[in-house]
Amino acid sequence: MANNNSQPYVGFSCSGLCCTKIEGFSVTVGRTKILDDVNIHIHCGELTAIIGPNGAGKSTLLKAILGDVKHTGELKFLDEKGLRTGNPLIGYVPQHLNFDTNTPLSVMDLFNACNSGAPVWLFKTKKSRERVRQSLAIAKAEHLVDKKLGNLSGGELQRVLLCLALDPRPDLLLLDEPVSGIDPKGLELFYGIVSDLRKKYDLSIILVSHDLNLVKEHADRVILLNGKVLEIGTPEEVLNSEAFNELFRLSNYCKRNDSDNGEEVPQS
Amino acid sequence: MMSGLYDLIDIILPFQWASHMFMKNALLAVLLVTPLFGLLGTMVVNNRMAFFSDALGHGTFTGIAIGAIVGLVNPVYAAVIFSVVFAVIITLIKNFSRESTDTIIGVFSSLAIALGLAIMSFGGSFNKYSSYLIGDLLSITSKEIAVLAIVFAAVILIWILLFNKLLLTAVNTALAASRGVKTLALDLLFTSMVAVVVTIAIKWVGLLLINSLLVLPAAAARNAAKNVRTFTLFSVLTALFSGLAGLVISYYLNIATGATIVLISGVIFMISLIFRRR
Repeated sequence: MANNNSQPYVGFSCSGLCCTKIEGFSVTVGRTKILDDVNIHIHCGELTAIIGPNGAGKSTLLKAILGDVKHTGELKFLDEKGLRTGNPLIGYVPQHLNFDTNTPLSVMDLFNACNSGAPVWLFKTKKSRERVRQSLAIAKAEHLVDKKLGNLSGGELQRVLLCLALDPRPDLLLLDEPVSGIDPKGLELFYGIVSDLRKKYDLSIILVSHDLNLVKEHADRVILLNGKVLEIGTPEEVLNSEAFNELFRLSNYCKRNDSDNGEEVPQS
Repeated sequence: MMSGLYDLIDIILPFQWASHMFMKNALLAVLLVTPLFGLLGTMVVNNRMAFFSDALGHGTFTGIAIGAIVGLVNPVYAAVIFSVVFAVIITLIKNFSRESTDTIIGVFSSLAIALGLAIMSFGGSFNKYSSYLIGDLLSITSKEIAVLAIVFAAVILIWILLFNKLLLTAVNTALAASRGVKTLALDLLFTSMVAVVVTIAIKWVGLLLINSLLVLPAAAARNAAKNVRTFTLFSVLTALFSGLAGLVISYYLNIATGATIVLISGVIFMISLIFRRR
């Protein structure tokens, strides 16, 4: 079995550090087993990248962690003082949003729908606007506060969604292919922001990515996933492993943006 | 209570059309129903559920047929139950199946309408039910208006309490789940709510036009609005204006009220295309 968790542990302690454990995650849809006994152990301040071919179950794993997909297995979380356990507060940046570009939904509407009790169709307050602007400042996106979501570029939308995922500050940040459909410059910018955040706020980050170059540069650990965990280790270890070679070199894998997310730049 | 309302209408609207009792009732019904359609329509359009709500209308039709066969005095009550069950079933299948949603809805929609027509035509008694196809706003009674007022209050309350979560679910279910939203439960609540409102209104608007009333005002508002607040406002105002203007115009021109209302919101939609921002 592919249960090669590098750090052995007794009971549930993280040797004094805050951590998140994904234990025995399996997902079955219909008769297809999409994920099989996935075990991942993440320390805070670490950026873990998940790579794997199309249909490997990368997005499904994130959705299972969120509880949006039915799964077996447990998610455990412990903060650094060992005081708070249980479900971590999760921030999530989805791969894409399912709405028409013509939908009248502003950036501020989206934030208020998440963080405000007042129905967004009825109220608009100065206070909430200030709060949203502050949240957006993390990725230098304050100027987008009144824009319609459909009018944002791919890069702008991802930055807005990142800010949203960070408000309120989560224990665990899940990023689903946040770089698809974004130009190389926006991509570098996004990874830069994520990298900074990890150090600044001691965040645990799980990133589903297709960009192996950026993974090499920014990830602390890489998980090679294909239905189950094939390899866990440093970027060098995983990218030079036999399993990686078998999966990626033979299938003629392009280094960036493979076919399942080629055209996602919203028209503006 | 009702007579007080009627007196009020006499004072505010001293016109000939408003002097008839059936027009007073129709006016009150329009004031209650059209804002609901405007509100619910925004979410129907956001969720790309136009086809879904059309199918709900068909489910309602079958419900009325079943109600008539079971021998209820007012088949609308049976229809409410049936169409809620119908809405729940489609929503569940939509959530748990990997098949294309459109196909599933199409299958259920056609089955429902066929079943309804079969039951209604049984024994050659179809003419009795043809009013459900076209609708008759002028047939509304004061008792029905009271029921309508309760539904109105319930929908507004739900819209105040749960709108943000509904919106988030429409944007992305996984994102909503990360915020602790029970997306399936909300989905079920919303579709049931649409089912109830559609069922209650179908007698007055008619199966053929009910979906247009749900979709057109929101579709028009969408073209001009920049955020959720203006979207909701424009949609409700469009629905309300079309309803009131349709009622009055249909009275003087002696044409079907439901059709007039839909025509007016259709014209507003055409005009809204000018404002459409790319």
